[in-house]
Amino acid sequence: MLKAKNKTGLVFFPAFDWAIDPIHPEREERLLYTQDQVEEEGIFDIEGILEYKPEIVTIEDIRRAHFCVPDEKTITTESHLISAGGAMAIAKAVMRKEVETGFALVRPPGHHSMRVSHGGRGFCHINMEAIMVEYLRSKHGIKRVAIVDTDCHHGDGTNNIYWHDPNVLFISMHQDGRTMYPGSGFPNELGGPNAMGTNLNIPLPPETSAEGYLYIMENTVMPAIADFKPDIIVNSAGQDNHYTDPLTNMNFSAQGYAELTTMLKPDIAVLEGGYSIEGALPYVNLGIILAMAGLDYSGVIEPDFNPEKLRQSQAITDKIKSVSEEINYSFQRREELRERAGEHGEIQQKVREIYYDTDNLYERQNEKIRVCRDCGGALEIDSKATPGHHILAVHIPHQACNECIETGYDIFDKADTKKYDKIFLQDRPKDIYKIKEN
Amino acid sequence: MIIGLDVGGTHTDVVLLSNKGFIKKVKVLTNPSDLFNTVLTGITELLKGISPESIKKIILSTTLTTNAVVQQNVNPVGIVVSSGPGIQAELFGNVKHYYKVKGAIDHRGRETENINKQEIEDVAKKLKKAGIEYVAVVGKFSVRNPSHEIVIKRILNKQFKKIFMGHNVSGNLNFPRRIATAHLNAAVYSMHKEFFTAIKASLDKKGINAPIQVLKSDGGTMSLDASLEIPARTVLSGPAASIIGSIPHAEGNKDTLVLDIGGTTTDIAILVNKTPLLEPLGIKIGIYKSLIRSLKTYSKGIGGDSFVNVQEGTLVIGHERKGPAMAFGGLYPTPTDAIVYLGMMEAGDKKLAEQGIAQIANQLNLSLDDTANLIVKTTCNQILDHSMKMVERINKKPVYTVHEFMEGYKIKVEKILLLGGPAEYLAQQIEEISGIETSAVPLSSVANAIGAALARTTCEVSLIADTEQGIATIHEEDYAEPISNSYTEKDAIETAYTILKEKARGLGANEDELKEIEVIESQSFNIVRNFSPKGKIFRMKIQIKPGLINGFEKMKFDKAALN
Repeated sequence: MLKAKNKTGLVFFPAFDWAIDPIHPEREERLLYTQDQVEEEGIFDIEGILEYKPEIVTIEDIRRAHFCVPDEKTITTESHLISAGGAMAIAKAVMRKEVETGFALVRPPGHHSMRVSHGGRGFCHINMEAIMVEYLRSKHGIKRVAIVDTDCHHGDGTNNIYWHDPNVLFISMHQDGRTMYPGSGFPNELGGPNAMGTNLNIPLPPETSAEGYLYIMENTVMPAIADFKPDIIVNSAGQDNHYTDPLTNMNFSAQGYAELTTMLKPDIAVLEGGYSIEGALPYVNLGIILAMAGLDYSGVIEPDFNPEKLRQSQAITDKIKSVSEEINYSFQRREELRERAGEHGEIQQKVREIYYDTDNLYERQNEKIRVCRDCGGALEIDSKATPGHHILAVHIPHQACNECIETGYDIFDKADTKKYDKIFLQDRPKDIYKIKEN
Repeated sequence: MIIGLDVGGTHTDVVLLSNKGFIKKVKVLTNPSDLFNTVLTGITELLKGISPESIKKIILSTTLTTNAVVQQNVNPVGIVVSSGPGIQAELFGNVKHYYKVKGAIDHRGRETENINKQEIEDVAKKLKKAGIEYVAVVGKFSVRNPSHEIVIKRILNKQFKKIFMGHNVSGNLNFPRRIATAHLNAAVYSMHKEFFTAIKASLDKKGINAPIQVLKSDGGTMSLDASLEIPARTVLSGPAASIIGSIPHAEGNKDTLVLDIGGTTTDIAILVNKTPLLEPLGIKIGIYKSLIRSLKTYSKGIGGDSFVNVQEGTLVIGHERKGPAMAFGGLYPTPTDAIVYLGMMEAGDKKLAEQGIAQIANQLNLSLDDTANLIVKTTCNQILDHSMKMVERINKKPVYTVHEFMEGYKIKVEKILLLGGPAEYLAQQIEEISGIETSAVPLSSVANAIGAALARTTCEVSLIADTEQGIATIHEEDYAEPISNSYTEKDAIETAYTILKEKARGLGANEDELKEIEVIESQSFNIVRNFSPKGKIFRMKIQIKPGLINGFEKMKFDKAALN
């Protein structure tokens, strides 16, 4: 009888009755062959592997991570709530110490959802990892978190949510934004003035193979995590770096994913993208599960795997080495970078536009952050979507200092309801969410 | 008239039923080393004064294969597996003659690696040399495409007495369980065949020519002939017999908890709409997790003969049995002693029971009455606690669609049926504690044999249709047909019904039993590649659900019939 070395929890929620639309990649069929492979291997019969039922997240859960516009109900379906609930169920099992580690194989994904969400972008409506992490911070005393996003697309939603948060180390490794949606995630994107250097974006050149991924893991990701000393490690386990993925151009493999997982040892992994539903997902998911459980994964090899064909060029190896060095340099100088980024108490402003490809809308944001040496800083976001709503959102961060709490309430109290459809306040220290409207 | 027989660990129960009701019961001692004579004696006793021609059917539930598997007293089996990518197949072999050969099929049934004929011939030579007569041939994903198993069998054929193929054991996925199940079939085949051939011959001699059916672990029956291809399905049919025996007393609209309270253990099961819940994949027996369809039962080490003691001032109903109750000559107090002491049960030596209760009463510093009542109450409490945990676990089982998550059926127990020795004495107490209507099943000491007698033929098939590949298959029945793009769910249901009915007839079902068909699972998926639809996949499971044969619904079970 097989026995897992690490007790591992799994949530499997393939949402076999939900798709964005009938021929969309985010469709019913997506995890069908993964389910077949996992069931055929008898994974749930292995001693020490426990299957959990997903939960359904509540509006209160979502409100710790998001400002949903116009409200939570309008921009989500039950499948989004259950998918996020899958991550939540695993997190709780890990917190209760029923399992050492856990993997939520759920869909739809969530890592492109930002703090303000007007709808779907990059197939995502709400951010599963952020909802889970904020729950753990509010209810389980978790303070420092590392989120490593290994999806092939830049995890811009999670990056946005933790942009100003010095207590969350967010690392995304992804195909170079110049060649891939959403077109962001460059090494100079290091976080806001209060959290510079705890956001690490690692673009990888097209056709990077296992060698390159594992190089980055060993030389950049793992040292940064060791330095940061998180309470928990979360992996946004997208599987679209695979050499058969139809939407990307990378050369990663099931063996590579399993090795990456063995190295990272995430407490909680959450499935994100991955659209090679027959050639990759059954093998990659199996590899990740076995790696998490500490079982032998050496037999998990795609039928058409050919390491010679997937070997990366010297130019790619060199490029990855230099990206790694650049990021390591920034990470090591993060205190200095923050000092230079602004004066304590000063308000910094940024205007940006966000396109929601899934729901076809434009959002224009005017963001104001209070530069603060004591916490993540009070944050004010003026956001207008076309078509859509105009809102003002005020975020008081987890472990906020008194000045930032006061600043946040001051902005919220003074905000003019005539100017906005809605005005929101997210008070993370008190775990309170308020809405003002005309 | 029908004979139902259930071999238990201590007793073998035999009943005679007509469509008017219960006629007669016989209990004989089980001789585990001679089940053949146990069964024959039981039937002979029962038929004293009954004409053999009046018997229309005999249903047997025995512990033959169960004991053999648990005691590892079975034929040596050669296992040949082909696996392909995934967990190393070497890890699933727990027999000496286990060979992994080349060849791989993927999740959609496509060949991704050829088999090597020479390699298999070499394996055959080694198996022959080791004196192996029975072989199991199992491939990963063989239920999606059994061609490798079929070719391997062809190469091995004629060199071995019998070869069992993995894809025939079940339509369900689970390679390790498929290996275990094919292995079990091969391992018990010869003893099963010899036993039932001998039974049939002996009954023939006595002029009993009625067809013999064998009870399966899913509480359904199969003909003797059919059982030879799937002999492992007979394991652990005993608990299933009891559960089926409770069905006549369940109500359609009430979820029912069935508690079979024995001496050592209590078996817990659930009926929804008079149908017992099934294990999702299959039964676990000994070290084997299998794909053998079975009723969902949960066995807990608590019963009438549980060892009662006091630990650190607290009453404990132990998990172990240290012999019979003191009232029946045992050495240690048991819940049965409490029942006897309280005068609820007439049998047993009340004085001896009182001695047992006194031992406990002294340690607890309670009166004899309070102690006995506490023992009964604690026993009932623990049984209920285990039961409700089982219900909770079932209600928490994972679901894979939004619909099931939101609307999925939740079990709510509204009735409790008790079986087994102490059943009638505990009913009132269990009802009081749980607040749920509780009753002991009439004739509960032979409910198992009644269950065997009344069980209908059951079976299941799994259909997969893939319009991109242009094929609909039910591989466990060796069925495959070409299909076109216009194939619909209706076509899938029609095919599945036809094949299921054929299968049921093959197992010995009559036309009446074929009415109880239900769709357990029906899903369809668009196959989408590069933003364009390429076809559809239909997946369907249908079954004849476990339950009672028709014509016996109005049977009388009153005690008067006993006299």
